[in-house]
Amino acid sequence: MFIIVAGAGKVGYHLARALIADHEILVIELDPARCDFVGEELGAEVVMQGDACDVATMERAGMERADLVAAVTGDDDDNLTVCQMAKAKFSVPRTVARINNPQNETLFRNLGIDSTVSATNLILGHIEQELPWRGLIPLMTFRGRGLEIVEVRVPAEAMIVGRAVRNILLPQGALLCLVIDGEGTPRLPTPETTVHADDIVVAVTNIEGEEGLREALTSPRP
Amino acid sequence: MFVLIMGCGRLGAELAALLEGDGHEVTILDVDKYAFDHLGPDFKGHKILGDGTDQDTLRRAGAERADAFIAATRGDNRNALASQVARHVFNIKRVGSVIFDPIREEVYHGLGLRTINPTKIEARLLRESIERED
Repeated sequence: MFIIVAGAGKVGYHLARALIADHEILVIELDPARCDFVGEELGAEVVMQGDACDVATMERAGMERADLVAAVTGDDDDNLTVCQMAKAKFSVPRTVARINNPQNETLFRNLGIDSTVSATNLILGHIEQELPWRGLIPLMTFRGRGLEIVEVRVPAEAMIVGRAVRNILLPQGALLCLVIDGEGTPRLPTPETTVHADDIVVAVTNIEGEEGLREALTSPRP
Repeated sequence: MFVLIMGCGRLGAELAALLEGDGHEVTILDVDKYAFDHLGPDFKGHKILGDGTDQDTLRRAGAERADAFIAATRGDNRNALASQVARHVFNIKRVGSVIFDPIREEVYHGLGLRTINPTKIEARLLRESIERED
């Protein structure tokens, strides 16, 4: 594949270095000193000095034949512009954006960025898995389908404890996929499956259904 | 109307004065507190120190009840991001955005933003100013 990486900071440089053995890579970077460094390390043909948000630079980089663009600068606005311009002007089939401000992740996906990666959200997910937390832990996202697989640990005081799956009212588009009990035994939920305190429930939901699903699975008994 | 303006440079401050003159309520945001010096002594609205591309900052500035949002910083990408946050996260119907790069302006206009391109407008005005007969 021909992959264009926008931004040669730590993320961009290491990404290019990891991909270079199997792919054609071009890194676009504004800072000439940083370009020199990447050129020394990975080869002068791998790096181009310029503003990756600028269409003239994109043309010079050969954007029209790029299979994938990864915008990984430290600025979300620049990453969004690179991806939106790559799609609108060059019909690049896949765009990946690094998210610095985790609040931007949903927006970027709604705006048509194919994949988003937020280090903050990933680390947050790991921390939340370790904590007693009454929320959804995102496990994975289906790009382009607007669906997410999430994990919930059923709190002891939750309304659904002791209830059968058929009596749990889920939001439209949400589906329970797996119930793991305290011993670690996984079960495919049937309408008759009873949910217990501390069960781990894995569910699939669309983005809009997230909040409703959290409420359905974790709201305390009145 | 209640209007949020991101960017309190000369443009943002001038716009704030115009809008207040028309009787609108204005809140203006900037990341630099000295930028508010551009506002005249008559400015009655709120000044919010913060990043207008950040959803929490916009919420604090009243985005949930805003009738209009204008992104007027010097940065095209910042303006484009903030405008899309205003539009898609806060559902603000009237969103205006300054985009200096004519090509980027075209793209964002195509994506449904109300964009203004000062570069094209200024070029046209300058051409008129020298082609005009005395």
